[in-house]
Amino acid sequence: MSGRLVIDPITRIEGHLRIEAQMEGNRVGQAYSSGTMVRGIETILKGRDPRDAWAFAQRICGVCTLVHGMASIRAVENALNYEIPKNAQLIRNLMIGAQYIHDHVMHFYHLHALDWVDVVSALKADPKATSELAQSLGSWPNSSPGYFSDTRKRLANFVESGQLGIFANGYWGHEQYKLPPEANLMAVAHYLEALVWQRDVVKLHTIFGGKNPHPNFLVGGVASPIDLNSDSAINAKRLSQIQDVITTMRQFVDQVYLPDTLAIASFYKDWFKRGEGLGNFLCYGDLPAVSMNEPSGFLFPAGVILDRDLSRVHEIDVHDKAQIQEYVAHSWYEYGAGKSTALHPYDGETNLDYTGPEPPFEHLVVEDPYSWIKSPRWRDKAMEVGPLSRVLMMYANGHEPTRELAGFALKQLELPIDALFSTLGRTAARTLESKLLADAMQSWFDDLLANIKSGDTRTFNELLWEPSTWPDRCQGAGFTEAPRGALGHWIVIENRKIANYQAIVPSTWNAGPRDASGQPGAYEAALQDEHTLADSSQPLEILRTIHSFDPCIACAVHLSDEDGEELLRIQITQ
Amino acid sequence: MVDTKTKTLGEILRHSGVSRRGFLKFCTATASMMALPPGMVPAIAAALDKARRPSVIWLSFQECTGCTESLTRSHSPSLENLIFDHISLDYHHTLQVASGDAAEAAREEAMHANAGSYLVVVDGSIPLGNPGYSTTAGFSNLQILEETAAGAAAVIAVGTCAAFGGLPKADPNPTGAVSVRDIVTDKPVINVSGCPPIPVVITGVLAHYLTFGTLPELDQYGRPKAFYGTSIHDRCYRRPFYDKGLFASTFDDEGARSGWCLYKLGCKGPMTYNACATAKWNEGTSWPVESGHGCLGCSQPDFWDAGGFYNALSIPVGELSRTVSYATAAGLGLGAVAAGINHRSKVEANRRHGEVTVDDLEKTS
Repeated sequence: MSGRLVIDPITRIEGHLRIEAQMEGNRVGQAYSSGTMVRGIETILKGRDPRDAWAFAQRICGVCTLVHGMASIRAVENALNYEIPKNAQLIRNLMIGAQYIHDHVMHFYHLHALDWVDVVSALKADPKATSELAQSLGSWPNSSPGYFSDTRKRLANFVESGQLGIFANGYWGHEQYKLPPEANLMAVAHYLEALVWQRDVVKLHTIFGGKNPHPNFLVGGVASPIDLNSDSAINAKRLSQIQDVITTMRQFVDQVYLPDTLAIASFYKDWFKRGEGLGNFLCYGDLPAVSMNEPSGFLFPAGVILDRDLSRVHEIDVHDKAQIQEYVAHSWYEYGAGKSTALHPYDGETNLDYTGPEPPFEHLVVEDPYSWIKSPRWRDKAMEVGPLSRVLMMYANGHEPTRELAGFALKQLELPIDALFSTLGRTAARTLESKLLADAMQSWFDDLLANIKSGDTRTFNELLWEPSTWPDRCQGAGFTEAPRGALGHWIVIENRKIANYQAIVPSTWNAGPRDASGQPGAYEAALQDEHTLADSSQPLEILRTIHSFDPCIACAVHLSDEDGEELLRIQITQ
Repeated sequence: MVDTKTKTLGEILRHSGVSRRGFLKFCTATASMMALPPGMVPAIAAALDKARRPSVIWLSFQECTGCTESLTRSHSPSLENLIFDHISLDYHHTLQVASGDAAEAAREEAMHANAGSYLVVVDGSIPLGNPGYSTTAGFSNLQILEETAAGAAAVIAVGTCAAFGGLPKADPNPTGAVSVRDIVTDKPVINVSGCPPIPVVITGVLAHYLTFGTLPELDQYGRPKAFYGTSIHDRCYRRPFYDKGLFASTFDDEGARSGWCLYKLGCKGPMTYNACATAKWNEGTSWPVESGHGCLGCSQPDFWDAGGFYNALSIPVGELSRTVSYATAAGLGLGAVAAGINHRSKVEANRRHGEVTVDDLEKTS
């Protein structure tokens, strides 16, 4: 088959993503990634109180529900040179860590797993053999034959009802599903358990931020005060709840998520050889031991790796206008100085200019603008961001726990380090960093207890809260490592109001379209790396690689003919 | 094999090994969540017992997926119990397995098989400024909403974006975003606002509709009174400090640490109607005010333009000035009147929430 393949909507992601791929036979030739929804939040932010910005920015995404709030308050604090108390820093670290582990586990089980796990095959599993498999992998208590028998019965009744709901029209029985029925049943059981688990572990956000999704934040610190003698503050009871959440997180990561990742990956080793893409990796760094102004203390280091070269980490400066720039050559935006120019976010513009086809349409015109996502570049190079970038950065920096953990995983799978540059390398990196973070959470919590014990209960610095204390003009950048990668917000404050606000989110780096010189973004490059479809009407292979990035946008995949004549729509046969 | 297409929920549950007692426990939790008297539990049980799982089609427009995330946080009913035992979630971008045309086919099959009886849930606003501002499968949000709502029994607008336009509609509304009610005018539309709505409020409204087949009583903004009938302020556990004039003046001062009223720090509780202060968040763990931050007012129309999250309510700004003025008038001076209303509501709530055990129910059903 040669033609254009369209997948829209790409499901099991956050947001609206469309991908169009130009097929060469059964192989993906050129791939095009398109974000198909825009709200104009950066425009909405102009003229507002900078202290309010976090709430608006946080609604960029409700899945990684705190990262934009975090980047926003850090941007304001950076602009004002606003220090925050030690407790606030530790509480923020705990909130970021909890977000990661929650988000990564949900991504693995509820968004990504069904690319590898055939739910229908699980009906054929022997509960006793499933129990033996589960018990061979770890010490998780829910592993008896009766437990898996009940899970299988529940699934069978669901299927027998004839109403498959969210499981309808899956590519069940596709030849690329390789797991034995018992592994499928175990994964289905953990899919359900992870739903229960995630509801409980988000309570860490609820305690410090009042709710989840969308917990509250505060420029200058955190809103939840600490007072061991108050019934309305962080007290011993609350701290004990936090400890319970951390313990629950660590148990699930150690006993379920990590063993499941390695077990499932062992059946798909060919996916450690394709789907790499760019080979360039970028991190802003995060999780400070002391403050955001001391990058040497970050758990996640900052830097850039080019062409897989782990022996050299390049320095990155988010304020440097020559380093980070955004193109709109293939995006539906206009720049004042013309579409071929690139702008640093301090000077960034958000002028909506939809020039795509009039809906309803069959396919996009990829020679023209084709996405609501811009094309960010570091020194004019396309970059991948996310868990793989972070794990590689820690590895390159000689971080011992990372080297040990990556070595353990690769040894289990009998794979070389180069295997990480791949679709499943990305998925495995997400699991590995969850383990590192779960352990780090315990140490931040211990630090918080020790600090409180020493008599320091401060959670908020009042010094620069009042806008009357601010200079007439200032600007700053707030960055964080979000679960999906490097996230930056840039703010310009004039007369105590927001004069300009720009965000470059992880999925802007990963899902962006081609730039002015035709360089593809990370999704596009990864799909162009060895993707041959077993059945072009069921493009499971494309979904595997797209989901390995954990997209945070609404996407659509679209495969098109070179001369644009043939248009193939994917049909579901089951 | 039994003809599964006609299996009822009761049959499925019994076949799944769910005991009568377990089923009644669920019904009791549902009734309590919806603030229904215990006497209604047998009616809920009877209705649920007979049902084939109703089809639900969830459409996502200009949204952030926070509302879906909130749905997954519901402890009772839980998401997995909801989708396995109570509804057939036939289209949902974040959760469904199928992508591309397979996903669209699932939506069309569900619309065809359940014409006139399926529920449509919408999160996100609809941009009218340009159809290209938000598309799925090449269709604009407006086209998809009109097509899908046409055969629906009712539409539930989940989240403030779907209910009122929300964040995309905030000044200057760059994409011309509107709410579901601005588009769907010939069907019942229930607004379940909040940014996001409380998890159990989303599932509670679904449970109400599925159980009784009727719309709950709605307020002037189309929201179920069971969850949006009282202001945050009137149910707030810090209200006694407000009445005494004890306020936190800044974050982390003595007042903040002692749990005094957050009015001066910009709390929008007096103008906000939602169940946060009673249902709380994430299995009753906490809620914004309990965790030291003022209410943002996120379940109210146009709360984004209500004058700043840290400005005390005495400065009415923007489109909400009428509501805000009312709230200010009802402030300190009229506190006694408000307290009286509050007291009446509490008596009413106590009357309706008489204690009942599963054993009692087994006797009556």
